[in-house]
Amino acid sequence: MSAQKGLNLTLKIWRQKNNKTKGQFETYKISDVSTDSSFLEMLDMLNENLVNEGQEAIAFDHDCREGICGMCSLYINGRPHGPDTGITTCQLHMRMFKDGETIHIEPWRSAAFPIIKDLVVDRSAFDRVMAAGGFISVNTSGNTLDANAILVPKEDADNAMDAAACIGCGACVATCKNGAASLFVGAKVSQFALLPQGKVEAKRRVLNMVKAMDEEGFGNCSNTGACEVECPKGISLEVIARMNREYFSASVDQG
Amino acid sequence: MSKLDSRIPAGPLADKWKNHKDHMNLVSPNNRDKIDIIVVGTGLAGGSAAATLAEQGYNVKAFCYQDSPRRAHSIAAQGGINAAKNYQGDGDSTYRLFYDTIKGGDYRSREANVYRLAEVSASIIDQCVAQGVPFGREYGGQLDNRSFGGVQVKRTFYAKGQTGQQLLLGAYSAVSRQIGKGRIKMYNRHEMLDLVIVDGKARGIIARNLVTGEIERHSAHAVVIASGGYGNVYFLSTNAMGSNVSAAWKIHKKGAYFANPCYVQIHPTCIPVHGTAQSKLTLMSESLRNSGRIWVPKNIEDAVAIREGKLRPENIAPENRDYYLERRYPAFGNLVPRDVASRAAKERCDAGYGIENNDTHEGVYLDFSTEIQKKGKEAAVEKNIHNPTDQQIYDLGKAWIEEKYGNLFVMYEKITADNPYVTPMKIYPAVHYTMGGVWVDYNLQSTIPGCFVIGEANFSDHGANRLGASALMQGLADGYFVLPYTIADYLSADIRTGEIPTNSPAFDAAEKEIQDKVNFFMTNNGKHSVDYFHKKLGHIMWNKVGMGRTPEGLQEAIKEIEDVRKEFWADVRVPGDANGMNMELEKAFRVADFLELGQLMAKDALAREESCGGHFRWDHATPEGEAERDDENFKYVAAWEYQGDDINQETMHKEDLIYENIEVKTRSYK
Ligand SMILES: Cc1cc2nc3c(=O)[nH]c(=O)nc-3n(C[C@H](O)[C@H](O)[C@H](O)COP(=O)(O)OP(=O)(O)OC[C@H]3O[C@@H](n4cnc5c(N)ncnc54)[C@H](O)[C@@H]3O)c2cc1C
Ligand code: SF4
Ligand code: FES
Repeated sequence: MSAQKGLNLTLKIWRQKNNKTKGQFETYKISDVSTDSSFLEMLDMLNENLVNEGQEAIAFDHDCREGICGMCSLYINGRPHGPDTGITTCQLHMRMFKDGETIHIEPWRSAAFPIIKDLVVDRSAFDRVMAAGGFISVNTSGNTLDANAILVPKEDADNAMDAAACIGCGACVATCKNGAASLFVGAKVSQFALLPQGKVEAKRRVLNMVKAMDEEGFGNCSNTGACEVECPKGISLEVIARMNREYFSASVDQG
Repeated sequence: MSKLDSRIPAGPLADKWKNHKDHMNLVSPNNRDKIDIIVVGTGLAGGSAAATLAEQGYNVKAFCYQDSPRRAHSIAAQGGINAAKNYQGDGDSTYRLFYDTIKGGDYRSREANVYRLAEVSASIIDQCVAQGVPFGREYGGQLDNRSFGGVQVKRTFYAKGQTGQQLLLGAYSAVSRQIGKGRIKMYNRHEMLDLVIVDGKARGIIARNLVTGEIERHSAHAVVIASGGYGNVYFLSTNAMGSNVSAAWKIHKKGAYFANPCYVQIHPTCIPVHGTAQSKLTLMSESLRNSGRIWVPKNIEDAVAIREGKLRPENIAPENRDYYLERRYPAFGNLVPRDVASRAAKERCDAGYGIENNDTHEGVYLDFSTEIQKKGKEAAVEKNIHNPTDQQIYDLGKAWIEEKYGNLFVMYEKITADNPYVTPMKIYPAVHYTMGGVWVDYNLQSTIPGCFVIGEANFSDHGANRLGASALMQGLADGYFVLPYTIADYLSADIRTGEIPTNSPAFDAAEKEIQDKVNFFMTNNGKHSVDYFHKKLGHIMWNKVGMGRTPEGLQEAIKEIEDVRKEFWADVRVPGDANGMNMELEKAFRVADFLELGQLMAKDALAREESCGGHFRWDHATPEGEAERDDENFKYVAAWEYQGDDINQETMHKEDLIYENIEVKTRSYK
């Protein structure tokens, strides 16, 4: 094993049985955490200790542990996905912490993301916004044009890819003081707005997605930019500007 | 005893699928909404199937254990997806893709299925582009391609290093559209725990709502399993933490045969294990092998000095590096197939040349310095820079690498704290993909009528080894273009059946069985956590059913797994409450199934007395240490039939593999 150091830490973790009960912070000690471990591996260790003592493990969301599925969350020391930038919690490594440190761990907090248990929240509002228009209405039969019949300038394809890189983690919503979902929705709207395939129903799409976003209880965007800072995939505020432009032109057309 | 009938249509290979489609029964559009279909899993296979079936007008109920279909494990695929488009004009064709795939699979996959896969591959790209998947493009606006291990044409389409993500988001948006229309009912955070069979046909499932803990009954006219692979039986793998075999294993216990369980792909380019607290392994995309050269020190003293931290790899002169793949396999070099690359790395590490400073010294270098130089010089010429300085060359070369693989390099640095632009990456093989899975016929139906299996969960297309960029292709081919046709043939008999009731004795019995298991886990109060047993199992699997297998090791593994399994049922501890979210309970159900599967994998590996693809037996190797296949005796699919609790009693059925259109050759990458 490469040069590693065992950290001793104090963890203050939000525990909440379910969405009907109240939660509170509990304090846990953990020792000898390798600096090569990821943050979630540190929590695995803690859970193993808890289970061995017959206590209930701490529930937290995770799956790929490669920074790509968007499942992990966690508000760590006041920041979504913790102190490092450009990463998700599963890619946060313990070498970012100091021996003897106290770490606060909380779930995403936003009206649109109700807590399910401990550190797990319900992000299905994102799915409902997607179902309202986050797609290109193409029949899945395969009887479509040859792919190269639709030429896309490399720059547009690259920009669409950058917007499409959103993993739907919800860090933008969690960090926003208004709980706005504009970065998430803007990213999807932008991906399709930049591609010729998406143009035909661009107006319907943006109107429906924005409407659904409002109905789900996400707040209004006041352009503070906190979302961009915390987004693990570097989605830029430009996508919000593009969404707004698309929205206004669509609304004008409608009116 | 049910008979294996692969239902491969007659006629010339190139016409089989078309003829079959022309003659299958159909369900007419006005009858489709009388039919319910359950799809378990919403990865590339399940997502594409659910969307297409809904599009056609069936009522679809889709299940996934994550909080959203967008998070399925397919999201993690990095490198790309193959398709025989021949956009590069380098001689690619349906036949060549078919041939490469069969050969890559070491002649242990089914000819007709693989041909069909190659045939529909081109439509996949058309479909995905139409959905807005932002594939990489050339400056002229056309699609770009890269090449992948094991082939000599450029047929791999990619979306940066996030191809799986973009393909899955494409399928997810198609699913979302159908959810919006009310044609798919999505059950997020639901886990299928059993299959319900009524009058010999799959008619529903038992699922646990992972939020409320409720055990639920869901009925349908057919059940599609698209639950992914079982690599997590090794505990450490590149699979997502929740990936599991349960859905596939449960149908196995209800009568579906499980084929070739011993075929596991060990991927050569993963970040080595760092320590005992490690929970999973991270893949560095295989596409990196296009630009990286793999080596270990030529002199053992250098390897020792590196491990002790006294020497940096940058400081080892090129003549003191052993580029062992280029040395052993001059024709393919760093692009040999995965099994070959993985074993070669193990061979060097076993011989003492490994460079990683961990307990097992397992690690080799993947070095980009040659490519940085080469691309830097090319870019200088393009930019009209005469006599560029070394720094200029490096910067231009680095920019090229960054454009191509930037996100992977960032990921690597976050995990290891090493800068791979300067220091070669450390890599080592890790469990990645499972070629074995539920046995299915040409229609993708298991040996249980009405129970279909698609994507990584089935066995049919990859043989003993899977070439890069072909799993994504298979998942989408099955889901968009194969299953929606073949399932209609089955369902055409069901248009008058009406809704399947869930209050039948079959549902009662299945639910009771699951409820009893929940009660057992919650009250057993043993000494050890679920992970304790999973790690123990993983250890046995990696050491004895891993990259190199021996008859003795396999026999020991069978026995040891049996012991762990007994200990698990005696001594597992699951704290908390069953009436709500309980992730320890979720894991307990999964590990219980892994323990049985692990034993069958060892048994299958023991019975297959040859080396092929990912299955390497030390007692069946050439003197140079290459795999020795035995076509005469083992050119078959081993399909195992469950015979009750004792896995040792499972019986094997053989499906002979008949190659009518290609000559079976020894696979050589020299
Ligand atoms: C890191 C990585 C990189 C890869 N790169 C490539 C690549 O570049 N090219 C390539 O071709 N292949 C690649 N692969 C392989 C490829 O990604 C997978 O084989 C493929 O995506 C599997 O798709 P699937 O739809 O069969 O299953 P998955 O995507 O694994 O989906 C499984 C689904 O089943 C659900 N599920 C599972 N069990 C249950 C249950 N009991 N109840 C309810 N739902 C359940 C899950 O929720 C999920 O929705 C890669 C794999 C990995 C791990
Ligand atoms: S925009 Fe960024 S922070 Fe928001 S959901 Fe997408 S990836 Fe997460
Ligand atoms: S677990 Fe998938 S992004 Fe963190």
